[in-house]
Amino acid sequence: MSAITAPTGRRARRWRVPIIWWLLLATFLIAWLLVSLYGRGNFVATSTLLNIVERATALGIVAVGQTFAILVGSLDLSVAYLISVTAVMASFIMQGDPSRVPLALAVVTAIGLTVGLLNGLLVTKARINPLIATLGMGLILRGLLNASFQNFAGSVPESFQVLAYGSVGPVPVPLLLFAAVVAAGALVLARTRFGAHIYAVGGDRATARLSGIRSDRIVIGAHMVASFAAVITGLYLASRLRSGAPWIGPDGVYDLESIAAVVVGGTVLAGGRGGVLGTIAGVLIFAILDVMFNQLGIGSYTKQVLRGLIIIAAVAIYAYRSREVVG
Amino acid sequence: MLRPIRILLALIIAAAMTAAFAQTSEFFNEADLIRDLGYMEMEAEGPADQPWIQAIDPTYIETTQYAKEGPWTVCFSNAGVNNPWRVVGFTTMEAEVDLHPNIGRFIHIDAEGSDNKQISDINGLLASGDCDILIVSPNTTAALTPVVETACEQLPVIVFDRGVNTDCPVSFITPIGGYAFGAVAANFIVDELPEGGNVLALRILPGVDVLEFRWSGAERIFEEAGINVVGAEFTEGSTANTKSIVEDYLQRFGNIDAIWMDAGATAVAAIEAFEDFGAPYPIITGEDQQDFLLKWRDEGLTAIAPTFPTYQWRTPIIAAEMILTGQPVPERWTLPQPHITAENLDRYIQPNMPLLHYALCGCEDMPGFPERWGGR
Amino acid sequence: MSDTRTATQVPAWRVALAAVGKSAPVFLVLLILIAWITYLNPRFIEPSFFLNFLRRSAPLMILAAGQLFVVVSGGFDLSQGSLVTLTVLAGALLAFGDPANTWWVILVLYGIGLLVGVFNGAVTSYLRVPSFITTLGMLLTLKGLALLITGGAPRGALPPNFRAFGRAFIEDVPLLGRLPWAVIVLFVLSALFVYLFHYTVLGKQALAIGDNQRAAALAGIHVPRVRITAFVMSSLSAVTAGIMLGGFSGVSINVGDGLELEAISAVVLGGAALLGGRGNMPAALAGALTLQALFTLLNFLGLPSPIRVTVQGAIIIGAVGYAAWRAVRAGQERGA
Repeated sequence: MSAITAPTGRRARRWRVPIIWWLLLATFLIAWLLVSLYGRGNFVATSTLLNIVERATALGIVAVGQTFAILVGSLDLSVAYLISVTAVMASFIMQGDPSRVPLALAVVTAIGLTVGLLNGLLVTKARINPLIATLGMGLILRGLLNASFQNFAGSVPESFQVLAYGSVGPVPVPLLLFAAVVAAGALVLARTRFGAHIYAVGGDRATARLSGIRSDRIVIGAHMVASFAAVITGLYLASRLRSGAPWIGPDGVYDLESIAAVVVGGTVLAGGRGGVLGTIAGVLIFAILDVMFNQLGIGSYTKQVLRGLIIIAAVAIYAYRSREVVG
Repeated sequence: MLRPIRILLALIIAAAMTAAFAQTSEFFNEADLIRDLGYMEMEAEGPADQPWIQAIDPTYIETTQYAKEGPWTVCFSNAGVNNPWRVVGFTTMEAEVDLHPNIGRFIHIDAEGSDNKQISDINGLLASGDCDILIVSPNTTAALTPVVETACEQLPVIVFDRGVNTDCPVSFITPIGGYAFGAVAANFIVDELPEGGNVLALRILPGVDVLEFRWSGAERIFEEAGINVVGAEFTEGSTANTKSIVEDYLQRFGNIDAIWMDAGATAVAAIEAFEDFGAPYPIITGEDQQDFLLKWRDEGLTAIAPTFPTYQWRTPIIAAEMILTGQPVPERWTLPQPHITAENLDRYIQPNMPLLHYALCGCEDMPGFPERWGGR
Repeated sequence: MSDTRTATQVPAWRVALAAVGKSAPVFLVLLILIAWITYLNPRFIEPSFFLNFLRRSAPLMILAAGQLFVVVSGGFDLSQGSLVTLTVLAGALLAFGDPANTWWVILVLYGIGLLVGVFNGAVTSYLRVPSFITTLGMLLTLKGLALLITGGAPRGALPPNFRAFGRAFIEDVPLLGRLPWAVIVLFVLSALFVYLFHYTVLGKQALAIGDNQRAAALAGIHVPRVRITAFVMSSLSAVTAGIMLGGFSGVSINVGDGLELEAISAVVLGGAALLGGRGNMPAALAGALTLQALFTLLNFLGLPSPIRVTVQGAIIIGAVGYAAWRAVRAGQERGA
């Protein structure tokens, strides 16, 4: 079976990796053209490009984690509230005091990994559908958070704001953070045994189990990665907003948006195929649309309609492509 | 495998409940409350028929250094147009822009209710170098402070609606504010409530500063008057939730004598709950939305409508022109904040306008009224 | 295979009854919740109060019934909530408060629902886009459209005869007192849904597709047609829920927010398996009622409202986890 499909698979992969990048390029060129003709500002100025990346950062980081969850055939709807929990807890513990930063980082990481572990256990051991498990987890986090904090709690010290506002030479620190998360995600998937197992489990759980992979552990691990990425996003947002508020996660719609970015980026919702680089292209497409609509002066309602249609269209293109390869 | 999860969940819930009960109000500021209530008593400077250019107790600052040849580009970073109040306000603002021929371009960017996006939006505007002046309606006070500080270094900034935690903007435009809003409504209820009557408070969401100010303004008055507040519930701004919550309270307590609301959007749904239940109308507080005012008149309710007037959306454009022509502007531009009572109710009813139109838009004389606001 | 054979030989009502029996937990939970609420507030089970509770639950129950068709066929419909919002906003805009407009407006709204359902079903079937994605895109698109056509603030109004379905009562009914229209609508539609799901070929085919799509296709089922029908059922139920919610509480821009996830939770509470193959209509309706009873109970308990959300999350996880655990145990027993 695998011997027959392997060459097709390799050819298909060579096909599949670029297509999202072609879409990204096309989006960029169309945006550039439209903005040059009808909009204001220089779309290819460094400042505009940096602004696009700035818009992609928060969603991009959480989407890298979401990619892991989706690759194993699961998904995570609790990330939005986990982002809020992280941002609020971090600034609450820091209280503007640089010496408390390590403690805050340790606590939020522990919370994040626990949430990921619980999500993973609910999905694997308790066999609860991931949609319900993580939706429920999100509700639990939301209630706990709103019961405990009603507003911006505490603040982050100035030194911690480097994460969002600093720069190393001409390169902004958030860009470095974003790049580091993407690189780490891509490396783990491409070069580690854990990464290989993620594809195996997502592709066919039964086969993976037969070949000796402890698939439950892989799924739990993927959920912990997803939660950890949400923690990083939460820390970045706390640094950017100087403080954490309970609404920053749901206000950004990071749960559904990150899933949308992942699938627009070519990762298959059923798991097993796709990757972090595609996800980043998906996030960048959304960010380019954002800037394009701003510079064209078109309202957000139109953008929302278009965004919905793009999500459907992108996935339809993949489905069409993959059928062609199979056929 | 399941048992540890359940135990853990139980522990989490227990911890959360402890936290919830240990909760104190983080919003109350006595000095601000006293200032705001003082403003309610003061006469505003300026023409009484144009409250959007009136100012209460203003301190003017010089702006000659910002004077510039027109036509100007005015940029506006907007927290969102995600509720009727903001839609009416923004429509009014666009109409105001049309009254200023010297404003060559008006760039509006909608942050869609996200702090993170609004920061990027402002950064994008600053980087484009297109703006002569920047107007900001912050999504939240604390989160937008850093980027507004950055903007202040590059160009004159006007902030309105919610504030920021810095005085770097040239002018901060706001009606008197939430404490006065909540207090006006609460005082009315205290005056009208029969002996031993009970009050239900309906709030939209926890944690939104403007709304928290309204509640803390009211809560103290209820406490001092010894009023029996049977509950303070969050409706999430949903009419269906509002109606269900009110029905549950009617069932639980048999009768509710007064409803205090932190925003008027769901007032009519609350009233309908009484109708459907067959209970007598309560004393109720709402806002200047047409559906509430019509209901009030038709049913002869005992009601009051404090307002957070949408005419405040005109003022930033007027202030922008003043600053760019070097005229002095109030540093804190406090606009009057009228409330609608049974005496002046008829003046504010506009049957030709949409039901969710806000009466205090100050837009009746503007070009394009009423069609531009959805009226007929 | 043996399941399909019994399904064709045994009378449908017995299959339905057996299914109800198998998913008994939801009915048990519902009874406990109702008993608990009644303990806190004895008037709750007086006819007029209980009917009012049913009236309030009607929109979610109808949504859950529609959602069930999609869920058992192995999909999701995340666009229900946005379609509810679009129904209310477009209804107000088109009718503009004039009772003479009500009937054609309702027809137009169902027309929109039909289009949305066919689109969801066709994209999912023919373009092979997972329904989660199709309907997620639709969620964004419909909400955007609703805001676009109204300019962000609702315009017009729903006339009284439009609102009657969700709001009006028939007065002085013997034994019951005031009978809400919504409850009559609910009973008629529930009967219709039970009939469609358990007594027509549609329900069985949807279940078969959800169980094993390839086997269903080999057995001669026209998979796309069944799937599209399932999505149409879901969309039409969303339009109905929109008409009833608009009637119940009037026009607002966030009327439908989050309802799709509540409907999915209700269906799952009723024992339906996500990703298809298992589910029955009475239990799904009971699931929605259970969810609504839970909200009501939490209101009556006077818990701080954020905690209610937490409890809601924990209970959804707990109930589904319990069902999964039972399923596993049943499987082991059968195996042994």
